[in-house]
Amino acid sequence: MPTPDTLRLDGLAIGELCPVTLAIASGEILCLSGVSGSGKSRLLRAIADLEPHDGEVWLGDRAQSSIPGHAWRQAVMLVPAESHWWAERVGEHLPDATPADLESLGFRPEVLDGSVVHLSSGEKQRLALLRAVSRSPSALLLDEPTANLDDATASRVEAWLRERIRVRGWPAVWVAHDMAQIARVADRHARIQGGVLETEMEGAWT
Amino acid sequence: MDVIDLGWWQLAAAALLVVALAGCTAWARLGMSRSLLIAAARTVIQLALVGLVLEALFAAEALHWVVLMAVGMLLIAGREVMARQKRRLLGGWAFGIGTVSMFLSSFSVAVLTLTVIIGPEPWYRPQYAIPLLGMMLGNTMTGVALALDRLTDTAWRQRGVIENRLMLGQRWQEATGDIRREAMRSGLMPMINAMAAAGVVSLPGMMTGQILAGSPPALAVKYQILVMFTITLGTGFGTLAAVAAGSRRLFDGRERLRLDRLSAPG
Repeated sequence: MPTPDTLRLDGLAIGELCPVTLAIASGEILCLSGVSGSGKSRLLRAIADLEPHDGEVWLGDRAQSSIPGHAWRQAVMLVPAESHWWAERVGEHLPDATPADLESLGFRPEVLDGSVVHLSSGEKQRLALLRAVSRSPSALLLDEPTANLDDATASRVEAWLRERIRVRGWPAVWVAHDMAQIARVADRHARIQGGVLETEMEGAWT
Repeated sequence: MDVIDLGWWQLAAAALLVVALAGCTAWARLGMSRSLLIAAARTVIQLALVGLVLEALFAAEALHWVVLMAVGMLLIAGREVMARQKRRLLGGWAFGIGTVSMFLSSFSVAVLTLTVIIGPEPWYRPQYAIPLLGMMLGNTMTGVALALDRLTDTAWRQRGVIENRLMLGQRWQEATGDIRREAMRSGLMPMINAMAAAGVVSLPGMMTGQILAGSPPALAVKYQILVMFTITLGTGFGTLAAVAAGSRRLFDGRERLRLDRLSAPG
């Protein structure tokens, strides 16, 4: 198990967004909101180093630019809003999934033998979260992780994610729209407004 | 052993039939007559010119003229590879990757075949070198163009899948495994099909030509097998190099998928 580390953005700039400097502690959830098109997803892509950007990101004492791209993304795992599946069977994407994890997300173990074409968008979203988490990352970037889920499933997934983040000590950035969800999961809340990222202290938005 | 001579008036008779075909398509309003006539005219002019060039080349039999001709053919093939791609790599890479991989494969296989296997005297004797290189370049060009086109187009269509695999921490080689396999397949398929159908479905052009020219069929067959193998080698290694270089160029030093390095189609 990797040691818990702080995720630190140092003058990170991409697109229209002004340079962002902030630190997310181990086990902390930073919720990120803003109107669509404000650059939330692109900021996550920059943190995961999927697009050219300015500035630096640190995970503990490891700089993004000092380790190979694939190793960085393995450590700082981005789960996009829309997941993609390339192999025929579900299980080929999730070699390390445990039955306990599947059950806590509302799946039976048989789901691994099924074909990916039969998955609903909600199932895909939950399995994509499990797929990312089961590759043992060191930090988590979640782009609207419960967008396609009904309320009951959403709160189940939410609880599972929170528990995982706390236990493993992952710093997490969580893009969300729903203020109630932000109130439930966030340790801190950051908002992108007019190309500037503003962080608010816990409880300040209520 | 002599071939029956073809007079110009005999060719004119065949040309007249092509004109008649164009007339028929025009009459039926099928809209192909114009491009048919232009293509036929191009055949006459291009082949007549290359005939003159080859006559001069065979008479001179000098290495530097053969090399010049080969380089000219290579550059035209490189341009053709670039033109056949829907989304090509920008900044000269489409031309560069195509030309260099064709150069590496076609030229080395051709030189190897001439020096080690056929062994004419001198080894660059244009009667052997130019037709051999021409057949190899023509087929390698098709393979490289198909493979690069498939590679860049599939990368564009499947960008979501590729990026999702990158997000999960896969290396670029792993994330593009499927599309590189697809590209190799489309580059090599025409040649594999041609080898599988040779002699059963189709009589290859070179063998037919040699038999028409009076060679014994057994010798013509041996030459045809040799040429098919060299073409396969040229196409195979050329496609291999083009797919390796092309897929690497889709990613930057940080292993990010860089589709901004591809041109828009059109």
